[in-house]
Amino acid sequence: MKIKNTFIFSIQALSGYPARTLLVLLAMSMGVASVMLLTSLGEGAKRYVNREFTSLGTHILFVLPGRSETTGGPPPMLGQTPRDLTLEDALSLTRNPSIGKVAPIVVGSAPVSWNGKDREVTILGTTADMFEIRQLAMGQGRFLPVQDPSRGSGVAVIGNKIKKEIFGNRSALGEWIRIQDRRFQVIGVLEKKGQSLGLDMSDLVIIPVASAQSLFNTSSLFRIMLEANNRNDVQAAKEAVLRTIKERHDNEDDITVITQDAILSTFDRILTALTFTVAGIAAISLAVAGILIMNVMLISVSQRKSEIGLLKAIGATGSQVLWVFLTEAAILSMIGAILGIFIAYSGMVVIMRLFPDFPVHIPAWSVAASVFTAQLTGILFGVLPARRAAALDPVLALSRR
Amino acid sequence: MTDKGILIKGLKKRYGKGDTAVDALKGVDMQVSPGEVVGLIGPSGSGKSTLLKCLGAVIEPTEGRMTLGNKVIYDNGWKVNDLRALRRDKIGFIFQAPYLIPFLDVTDNVALLPMLAGKPNADSRKLAVELLQALDVAHRAKAMPSELSGGEQQRVAIARGLVNRPPVILADEPTAPLDSERALAVIRILNHMAHQYETAIIVVTHDEKIIPTFKRIYHIRDGVTYEEAGEGRVFE
Repeated sequence: MKIKNTFIFSIQALSGYPARTLLVLLAMSMGVASVMLLTSLGEGAKRYVNREFTSLGTHILFVLPGRSETTGGPPPMLGQTPRDLTLEDALSLTRNPSIGKVAPIVVGSAPVSWNGKDREVTILGTTADMFEIRQLAMGQGRFLPVQDPSRGSGVAVIGNKIKKEIFGNRSALGEWIRIQDRRFQVIGVLEKKGQSLGLDMSDLVIIPVASAQSLFNTSSLFRIMLEANNRNDVQAAKEAVLRTIKERHDNEDDITVITQDAILSTFDRILTALTFTVAGIAAISLAVAGILIMNVMLISVSQRKSEIGLLKAIGATGSQVLWVFLTEAAILSMIGAILGIFIAYSGMVVIMRLFPDFPVHIPAWSVAASVFTAQLTGILFGVLPARRAAALDPVLALSRR
Repeated sequence: MTDKGILIKGLKKRYGKGDTAVDALKGVDMQVSPGEVVGLIGPSGSGKSTLLKCLGAVIEPTEGRMTLGNKVIYDNGWKVNDLRALRRDKIGFIFQAPYLIPFLDVTDNVALLPMLAGKPNADSRKLAVELLQALDVAHRAKAMPSELSGGEQQRVAIARGLVNRPPVILADEPTAPLDSERALAVIRILNHMAHQYETAIIVVTHDEKIIPTFKRIYHIRDGVTYEEAGEGRVFE
C-alpha cells in the first residue's frame, strides 16, 4: 500500500469511528492546552515581575541593614542585631560621583484623621529624590520639596485611595490632616497607580524622612534606595556604598546592597523553575492522554479484528497493518495538538480579558515542546496496539466458528 | 488433467508432535479446473478447515504437493517464498460473512486489494467498477456497506474476491446467512464468474439449498477426501 493510501485509509478509519476519535482528540488537546496554558502563566509571572522592576529604571540599588551572604537574599532576621542605617549614612552616599539620587526610607503605620474620619495608614518617610527614583507621577499638587533631609516639615503627599476615602470629591490640597498627634498639610496627591513592589502606592501617606523619624521616634532607616548615574555605574555605585558605609560603621561589613539585576535574576531563576515545574506537571496529562490513546487503540484492535483479519487474509503485510494503526495514532496526536494550541490561545485571550495587567504569554518553546511530546506519546503508546494488530492471525480473526 | 486450476496430491497435515500429534489431513487428493465450481462438504472435525487453510496458503502442510495454475506451492516440505504475495495475487477469498470494511465505500472495498498490491488508485477503482457492473451492484458503487442489503453485501464481497483475477477462489460458507433465493443467486454468480474469468472455485458449504447445484463434490471425512458426481442442477 502506498504511503498516501495508508494515510487516506487511516483518515477514513478515524472518521468511521467518530466517538472513539473525538474522545482521544479531547484527551490529547486538553493535555497540550494545559501544558501551554500553565507555561504561559509562568512566563506571564516572569514578565510581570520584570516589568515591575524595569518600570523603576534599570540602575536602582537597595541598601538594607544587616549582612547577607547571598546576593538578593534577605538580611538576617535572627541572631546578632545589625547596626542601624542612619540618615547620616544616606547623606554620606550622595557625595559619591557614581551615585545620582539617594532616597532614605522610613516606614511605619499610624492613624490618619481629618474632619472626624480616622484610619490606620502606611506612612512612608523619604525625600524629594524618591519621586524620580520610583518614577512617581502626581495627580494633583506637588511632591515633597527639596530641602535638608535632616529637617522635618509638616507637609504630606497622599495616595489616590486615601484621598478618595478621606476627602471624597473635595480637593485635598492645602487641607491639614493629623497623623498620630501631628498636623501635616497636604501638598500633593499621587496619580492613581496600582501595587508596585508589594507596596500599594495609592494607599499611603508620604512625609519628609526626618518627620517620619520623629513620628516613629527612631533614628534608623528601613532602607536606602538609590540610583546610580547610569547602568554602567551600578557596580561602581555598589562598591562605593559598601566602602562608604563600612568606613562609617567602624570598618564592619554590616549592610547588604542589592542591585536590581540581582533581584531580577533571582526572580527569573525562581519563576523559570516554577514554569518548568508546572509544565512538567502538565506534561503528565499528556502522558495520560498517550495512555488513553493506547487503551482506545487496544480496544479498537479487538473491535476491528475482522477488518484486520480481512486485510491480512487478502494479502496485507503485518507491517502494512502496523503502519495503518501507527498512522492513526500519529494523526490523532497531531490533530489533538493543533486543537490543543487553539484551546490554549483561546484560554490566553480569556485570561487577558479577565486580568489585563497580567502579561500572559505562551512561549514558542512550550508550543514546540507540547506538540512534540503529544506526537511522541501518541506514537509511542500506539506501537503496542499496532503490533498486536499486525500479529493477528487472519484465520482466527475471521473465524466465527 | 488440466495444468491450470488447483491440483493437490497426497496432502497431509499433522498438528503437534509425539503421542499428542493429531493428523488432521491424511492424504488429500483434489483437482479443480479453471471455470469449474466444486463443493467441499464435511462434518465438523473432518479436516475441512485445515484443508481450506492449506489451500489458502495460510498454514503449510506437513507433506504432499500442491500447485496453483502452473506454479508449485508446496512439494513435500518445500514451499514458495512469499505466501502472503501468493494469497494476494493468486487466491481470492469469499467468507461466510462479507467482512466489508465499514468506513470504505463499496468501490474502495473492492479496490482495496489491488491498492494493497501497489496498483494506481484510478486503475484499482476502474477494475472494481467493472466487477460491480458484472455483479449488478454498480448502482451502489458509492454506498457505504451499512446501506446495502445482505445479498448486495455478499456480491460486493464476491467482487472483492475476484478483483485481482485470481486463478483460484476459496469460498467459505458464502451462502450461510442468505435465504434460498439469494443463496442460489450467489451460486449462479460464482458459476458465471468462474466461466468468464477462467477461475477455479471451491465452495465449502453445509447449505443443503446449494449442494444440488455442484457438478462435482468433494466429501471430506477423517482427513481424507472422496469425490462424488453432483447433480449440477441449474436454478433459474
